[in-house]
Order: sequence, then structure tokens, then C-alpha cells
Amino acid sequence: MIAELGLAALWLAAALAALQLVAGFLAVRQNAPVGEGELALLVRPAAVVQGVLCAFAFAMLIWLFARTDLSVKLVAMNSHSMKPLVFKIAGAWGNHEGSMLLWVTVMSAAGALIALIERRLPERTMQATLAAQGFVALGFYAFLLFSSNPFERLPVPALEGNGLNPLLQDIGLAFHPPTLYLGYVGLSVAFSFAVGALLTRSVTPDFARAMRPWVLGAWIFLTVGITAGSYWAYYELGWGGWWFWDPVENASLMPWLAATALLHSASVLAARDALRAWTIMLGVVAFSMSMVGTFLVRSGILTSVHAFAVDPERGAFILILLAIYIGGALAVFGLRASTISEGERFALVSREGALVVNNVLLSAILGVVLLGTLYPLLTEAMGVRVSVGPPYFDPASAIFALPMLLVMAAGPLLRWRRDRLQRVGSPLLLAGLVALAGLVVASAWASPGLLPLLGLALGAGLAVASLLPLRGRNLRRLPLATLGMVVAHFGIAVALIGMASDSAFSEERLAALKVGDTAAVGPWKVTLQAVSPVAGPNWNALEGVMAASYAGGEPVLLTPQARTFWAPPQETTESALDTRWNGQLYAVLGKAADGERWQVRLWWKPFVTLIWFGGLLIALGGVLALLGRVAGDLKRRAIRRKGAARRAEVAA
Amino acid sequence: MKAWRFFLPLAIFLAFLGVAAWQLTQPKDEFVHSAFIGKPMPQFAMRAAAADRPGLALADLKDGKPKLLNIWASWCVPCAAEAPQLAALKAQGAPIVGVAIRDRPEDVAAFLSRYGNPFDRIGADDLSQLQLAIGSSGVPETFVVDGNGVIRYQHIGDIRASQVPMILEKLREAGQ
Repeated sequence: MIAELGLAALWLAAALAALQLVAGFLAVRQNAPVGEGELALLVRPAAVVQGVLCAFAFAMLIWLFARTDLSVKLVAMNSHSMKPLVFKIAGAWGNHEGSMLLWVTVMSAAGALIALIERRLPERTMQATLAAQGFVALGFYAFLLFSSNPFERLPVPALEGNGLNPLLQDIGLAFHPPTLYLGYVGLSVAFSFAVGALLTRSVTPDFARAMRPWVLGAWIFLTVGITAGSYWAYYELGWGGWWFWDPVENASLMPWLAATALLHSASVLAARDALRAWTIMLGVVAFSMSMVGTFLVRSGILTSVHAFAVDPERGAFILILLAIYIGGALAVFGLRASTISEGERFALVSREGALVVNNVLLSAILGVVLLGTLYPLLTEAMGVRVSVGPPYFDPASAIFALPMLLVMAAGPLLRWRRDRLQRVGSPLLLAGLVALAGLVVASAWASPGLLPLLGLALGAGLAVASLLPLRGRNLRRLPLATLGMVVAHFGIAVALIGMASDSAFSEERLAALKVGDTAAVGPWKVTLQAVSPVAGPNWNALEGVMAASYAGGEPVLLTPQARTFWAPPQETTESALDTRWNGQLYAVLGKAADGERWQVRLWWKPFVTLIWFGGLLIALGGVLALLGRVAGDLKRRAIRRKGAARRAEVAA
Repeated sequence: MKAWRFFLPLAIFLAFLGVAAWQLTQPKDEFVHSAFIGKPMPQFAMRAAAADRPGLALADLKDGKPKLLNIWASWCVPCAAEAPQLAALKAQGAPIVGVAIRDRPEDVAAFLSRYGNPFDRIGADDLSQLQLAIGSSGVPETFVVDGNGVIRYQHIGDIRASQVPMILEKLREAGQ
């Protein structure tokens, strides 16, 4: 019964999405004034009810997973009655069908929210926006209902479930995909706003202000999702790396790059009414990147370490959706963009100028990543198999990232419209000196490669430069959005130092140890004390007990495990980490080398934690900016309400 | 502002769409082709891995008759699963020589008495030297070696029942 309720809610929601599309489209076509076209009145309520129904369907799916209802195919395929409850619930979206349902749920909830609260834009633009939102949702409902029905029943209930991929039985999974989805879907709202503004030819600063919180929210979730995903890969896969340029990682990075560019160009549009066509274009591109990512991941067209349920038929379905939405939006862009007037002009040396350079360079990095991700696809079409890895991505993205970071140091100090470089010369000189000092210190400490060295120097300089906009300002009257920018830029510098330090100073040791043997890595001495079996709820493991002592100090105990799950059968490594202020010791227990020796892999990674700490700072900056924008908006609304009330009093 | 520039993103997107759609309809060839086909076997001579069969050396492969060279180990579970297929190949007249990887004589004897012994000769490769030299990365693997000691085919993984005729065909081709 639960499954049938969920399915019925899903069909009803799809019908409402269709209503939202048709009513919105007709209302825009008729050009009816607000309140007169009866269809137009249906658009907002349809969006709200659709959101409620979809959330209901998703709640039903979670309920099915929590009860482990094995008569439902999806539950039997992906869950197991002996699993801990938190992973049963996380299992609801740890698979293709469930994650697609999560996707439309978040999207319809976002649609409901804009239908409820967004009143700044002309009503026609809002109707076009909601119609676009309904159109996108409709495609995903069709995808769910016709090709990936999460509520499908088995003819005969299964006796026991298949279990969840053990790599995913981790608390990180419970939050990583939903976080990324919130990001992707937030970009779908930006896309709908862009299409709505384009169709009604009202690309205005108001449009940028209405879209900005959604981009900002999406960007925060993408930042957190990428940071968490990177840390998960780092400790769960046991390879000691934190970024692999895997197609699935790139699929999350590309929307982030596009969203970052969009965020900055929307700021220019909101503040100075410039970059109109470019902002619209980025709105379309940001969402296409999340859809291209979904397509690449789900179709199995590229080989990835992420073993998703890959299915060419589903790939074809997503490709068709991609063709309709993105092709359609870009065609409308081609037809309409030339009718959007150019907007305000500005000098090269100005805040806008720096933001344009930032946008161009971010787009270039996006192009580099996109090309590298799609290149195997291109060459395979010509019969050659290649895989593209760090030797391409690292230098090619650095070529654009390094100048971008330089501009990032200077940009926030510049004034809008027109400025002179001499005015900001002395603060920039300070940042440059710090960068130079960083360069000298780093090259004296070790002899890293060119890129890590530049990264360390730039990171140091940028950390100082990012704080300079606070100079001479009253911190208590500083707008939250400005503080957010400072924090996010500082986070970039912190993450950069972490990345560069990891590749410059990491030390690795692979040793075959008998119990009682000691291996050294960096300042650490690690003794293998014992290897013993341990059992968990649905796995058993060999656990190594290692005493690690830093520079001869008091030893800490590390317990890396080699786990064997029995539902489904699979082996995973659980690395053990010891975090100090200046880095992390990373230990992995491998196979028995022969009768009595064990393969042990150790890394000492100085300052590696700064990567994720920086990522969180970037997201925190986004949160501060979002709070500032929303608070400002609420204040303006309150003032307007008060003004209206006073006028009414005067009139009475 | 030239209007055509605004269609540039659409053109790039359509190009991507075309490649992706074409690629999606193509059958995916996931098979890894061996780089060792056509290469001669290296010089080697291995002691006997079992009491009742002689060891294996390069000269044994160069006797003019094509053979199957099976890389296996008593500790390898898929090798046990493969045993009926090797027996079937043997019954259909395929000469098979074995290379036991990192194995002990008593374990080899126990395995052969349990799962049958299709091998004419079994060499012991205690350090995986021959295995690595001929580009084999796991057990079991089966090579078709012609009468002059040249590798003609490499089969990675266990031979399934459905693949027995294909292996026999490769062996016949190697004899021509």
C-alpha cells in the first residue's frame, strides 16, 4: 500500500507539472495582465502542490526502506534487513531510482518555494520561470515513471535483500549525494529564471537579485558536497589521494566552476546592470553542466571508479532530456540574446573588469575540465582508447587558475566602474612580498616541483590579500555579504596551501611488517603491534593495531582494517588517520605478504587537512553572503510593507 | 554585436550531442587485447611442481605441436572452477601444460587429486617470473602457444564451458 501511495503521488505531481507548464506558457503567450488570465492564477498553486506531492512520494520511499519492505524491487535490490537503520534510510537514495526521486523532490520543493515567496519580478517573468521549471520537472517525472520506477513491486517478495554496496555504507554517503543534488537542483532554478527572463526579455538587475540566492545556495551545497566527497574518497578508498580527476568528480566540479562564474557575473548584473547576455548564458551553462554530469555518470559512456547502476537505455533517456532542455534553451538564447541590449559599460581596471577576467578564466578552466572529461569519448568515436589523467588536468587547469588567483587578490580592492592600479598598489605590494617570502621558505624546506611551489607562494599571498578589503572598515557595520566574500576568498587560499603542501611534502612508505616490526615515514615511527580479527554488524575484518609516535613522542594507537562484507560480498579498506595541527598520518593495512608479514602502507601528509578546512571556509563564506542577502531582502520587504500601510492610513 | 555569435554555444552543444548519441549506440568493446600475441616465449626451465609429472622448459614447447599453457595455482578458487573445462579440452585432444604459481608440492598434489590432472607437464613458477614475462597478471590464464614456442592467443580469467570450442579453434589455428 505504501508503494502504491507513493506511485500515485508521483503521477499526480507529474500531472501538476504539466498543468504548470501549459498554464504558465499560455499566460505568457496571451500576455494577460495579472489577475485577468484565469490560467495564470493556477501557475503558483500548481507549483506548490506539486512540491508537496513529490515530498510525500519521497517520504513513502524512505518509509519502505526503513521497514525493509522486500516486496518492493528497489528495496530488495539495494537493502538488507540486517543493516543499521541509518544506512537503511540512506539506502533510499544510494541507488539510481531513489536518487532520481530525490532529485525531482528537491527540484519541486525549490519550485514550490519560489512560487510561494518570490514577488520581486514582473508576474509574466515569474510565470515563464515556473513554466520552465514545470517543463524540466516533467521530463524527470517521465524518466522516473517510464524508465526508473522506484516503487515497482516484485511478483514474489524476496526472502532477503541484496544489501548496499559496502563502500557506500558510510555515514558520508548519507549526506554526500543529497548535498550535491541540492546543488544541482539549485542550478535548475537558476536555469528556469534565466529562461523566464530571456522569454519575457526582462534581463534586469532585479532578475539577477532574484536568481542570486538560488545560485548562492546551490553553490554552497556544491562546495560542501565536493569537499565531503573528496574527503570520503581520501579515507574510504585507501589510496591516499584526495582528487583523482575521475569523470564523476569532474561531473561535480564542472557545475561548481560554472556556478562560481555565474555567482560573480550575477553580482555585476545586480550591482551595475552589465553583462546581461553573459549572465543568462552562464545560467544555462551551469545547469547543462549538472545534466551533462548526470548523463556521463548514469549512461556508463565513460568508465569511472564510481560503479553506478549503468544502463545505456537510461543514458539515452537523459541524453534526450539534455537535448530538449539545453538545446532548447541555447536556441532561445541564440534567437533572443541579440535583442537584449548591451548594458552598462565599464573600464578594464575596475571591479567589473576584474570580475570579467575571473569569469573568462573560470570558463577556461571549465573548458579544460570538460574537454579532458569528454576527450576519451571523442577519441573512442575515432577508434582510439585513451584515458586522461593528472598529467593533462594539473598543468592545463593551473595555466588558467594561477592568473585567476592573481586577479582574485586584486579584484575586491578595486572600485566599480573605473579605478587606477596605483590606488591599490601598496596593499598589493604587501601581498606580493608575503608570496615571495612563501616562495623562499617553501623552496628552502624541500625541493618541490614548480606547480606546488607556485601554489604555496600564491596561497600565502592570497591569504593576506583576501583579508585586505577589511582594511579601514568598521567591522561591526560591514555587510554580511562582504564578510562572506572575504571568508570564501580566504578559504580558497587555505585550500590552495593544503593542496600544494600535500603534493610538495607528502612522504609515502610501503612496507611488509612482521608483528613487532617498525617502519618510519617522515617524522613518524610506526610499530605493528598486532593483527586480530574483529566483527561488525554486517562485516568482519582484520584489524591491525599500530603504535605511531611523532618525533619520538608518546605513541598513539591506529587501527586500520581490511573489511570483508558479506551482504553483498566485497572487501574494503578502512584507513586509520591521526590528525595533528600540522598534518595527517594515514595508515592502510593490506594483504598478508606471506605467512607472517603484512603489507602496510603509510603516508605522512603535512597540512593536508587544510584542503577540506579551506573548502568548508569557502562554503561558510557562501552561507554568510546568503544570510546577508536574505536579511537585506527581508528588511526591504518590511520597509515596503510599512510604507504601504502608512500610505493606506494617509489615504483613509 | 554579431547575432551569429549567440548561436555558438548551441553549435558546440549540438556537436557534443552528436558524438554522445553516436557513442551511445555503439557496442562497447570491453575486451583487453593482449600485447603478447605473436611474441616468442622467453627462455625458461622450471622444476617439476608435482611428483608424477615432469617440469617445463622452453624446449618442451618447441616440439612442433601447438599446446595450451595454463597458468594456475592450487590456492586459486577460479582455477578449481575451471578444472572441468580443462578436462573437456583434454578429452577433445588438446595437449595442456601447466605452470603452478607460488605453490607447494603437497598442495599441488592435493588439488590435482581432487579436481583431476589434465596436464602433461607442470612447471613450478615460484616467483611468478615466467608469468610476468609473458604478460599474465593473474590466475588462471591460458595461452595458446604454437609449435615454435610463439604465443598465439591469451585468455584472461577462467575458461567458461561456452568458451571451450573457441579455445579449441584457436589451438587449431595455431597448428596451421
